[in-house]
Amino acid sequence: MSVLVYINSNGEKIAKNAFEAVTYAKKIGDVTVVTNGKADDSMLSQLGKYGASKVMVDRSFEGIDEQQLTKMVATAAEKIDANTIIFSNDLIGKAVAPRLSVKMNVGLVAGASGVPEADGTIPVNVFSGKAYGYVKVNTDKKIIALLPNSIPVEETGSEAPVEEFEGNAGESRVTVKETKLPEGDIPLPEAELVVSGGRGLKGPENWGMITDLAKELGAATACSRPVSDSDWRPHHEHVGQTGVAIAPNLYIAAGISGAIQHLAGVNRSKVIVVINTDDEAPFFKAADYGVVGDAFEVLPRLTEAVKKFKASN
Amino acid sequence: MKILVCISKAPDTTTKISFTDGDTKFDESGVKYIVNPYDEWYALVRGLELKEAHGGSVTTVTVGTAEDEATIRKALAIGADDATRIDVKPEDASQVAAEIAHFAKEGAYDLVLLGKETIDYNGSQVGGMLAEHLDMPFISLAEKLDVEGTTATLDKEIIGGLQTVEAELPLVVSCTKGMAEQRIPNMRGIMAARKKPLNVVPASGAAKQTSFEKYALPAPKSAVKLIDPNNMDELVELLHNEAKVI
Repeated sequence: MSVLVYINSNGEKIAKNAFEAVTYAKKIGDVTVVTNGKADDSMLSQLGKYGASKVMVDRSFEGIDEQQLTKMVATAAEKIDANTIIFSNDLIGKAVAPRLSVKMNVGLVAGASGVPEADGTIPVNVFSGKAYGYVKVNTDKKIIALLPNSIPVEETGSEAPVEEFEGNAGESRVTVKETKLPEGDIPLPEAELVVSGGRGLKGPENWGMITDLAKELGAATACSRPVSDSDWRPHHEHVGQTGVAIAPNLYIAAGISGAIQHLAGVNRSKVIVVINTDDEAPFFKAADYGVVGDAFEVLPRLTEAVKKFKASN
Repeated sequence: MKILVCISKAPDTTTKISFTDGDTKFDESGVKYIVNPYDEWYALVRGLELKEAHGGSVTTVTVGTAEDEATIRKALAIGADDATRIDVKPEDASQVAAEIAHFAKEGAYDLVLLGKETIDYNGSQVGGMLAEHLDMPFISLAEKLDVEGTTATLDKEIIGGLQTVEAELPLVVSCTKGMAEQRIPNMRGIMAARKKPLNVVPASGAAKQTSFEKYALPAPKSAVKLIDPNNMDELVELLHNEAKVI
């Protein structure tokens, strides 16, 4: 079966969720990767390690315009007669996969959390992580957008040949005026470790405790809704039902009581550590490890402990 | 400026999720429905603010049955001028997008706004699908939207940051946090909403492309392991050796 995977190669390196998408595709069939821009052949050929047989790159345009990418992926899908098209369900996949679904008249499974079941249905995350649904696609071909951090990356091959192609992407109708990428920060949606603070931290001036621990762990920082609503932290750090939904390997929450709306954004985390003075806080029910104590004392202690651990490992 | 806002209902954020009929259907008994927060707080309110600044109209469109009318009235109470309900049970995103596109093509809207996703199926699909049907650019995850003449300027989330973009109307825009502040309907709005037009139109008969065959709940969490707040070395040791996450 011929499987096409779109990956974004516009950054300095290819992100982990691209390797996940290729790993996922390899479990379904023979994988061709399609991308655009100026990335070196040597960087693109590395996708072979995760199972790509071939990488097709359209050098005629850069960027992530959703209309251009839709046209390019459709051209590639036709060229290799792809039966299944895979995206990572990141911000690019969420914009492009639905467009492509209409353009090709092919059913889309958005937010897949695993490989197809024996009956052909595909598991997806629904009700903000509170349940799974199993989706059947009623068209012959299908598009699957895979949730980041749902499957482990597997190395199965070696380098893949890279060939240039013309994706007929057309012109962009959107002009980019400015791009702001905060330096040094780890983007929250793809972070493997996240340290998060809530109202219990009492004010933005105390956030050093969160950022110190995050820095020591190499983690991204996040916050609860009241914190971003009070402008203690930027909106993009808000995790929860109406903020970002994340699925890191480790989520450390300090001074967050764990309202159901907050849990909806973090319940796909593999391991949850909760630090709270109130032993009745609902978050402890969703936690793997709990520390009943004052975040003002516990966080600096934990940072020291991590420092010590890193020094001896 | 003619603005169309797509409104969907969603279970209240505190809803306990369960399934019936051998785990093939969402159990709706006792579920309280609200206007999907992203549609209401961000898309609708920003639409109203733009109308207040530039003139024009705000129409809402919903694909749904008569049961959806309470949430549609709420959108009217917040300030939409009129509402249309496309009379069919929503089955999947492709059907919903095709139905809305069929309706929107008639209206020559300058802006089509919707929330970044609904909080039940979280698919984030309808906006992109709608844009392709209408052959409009799709600005996803916009936190800021201003219009000057026929040009829109938007701030949108990108991976790891924020981008400011410019595009000519018409556009489809999915809205997220930061776009506007929630508005609570007042008594005057609620009274006025009763008299506003809520048009019901037949569906065009778009087919669904996907179906949910069954559902499952995640395995329950085992009990929390409590760690002495004075012994963070133990926590680090457990995270390393037991949980294997650091």
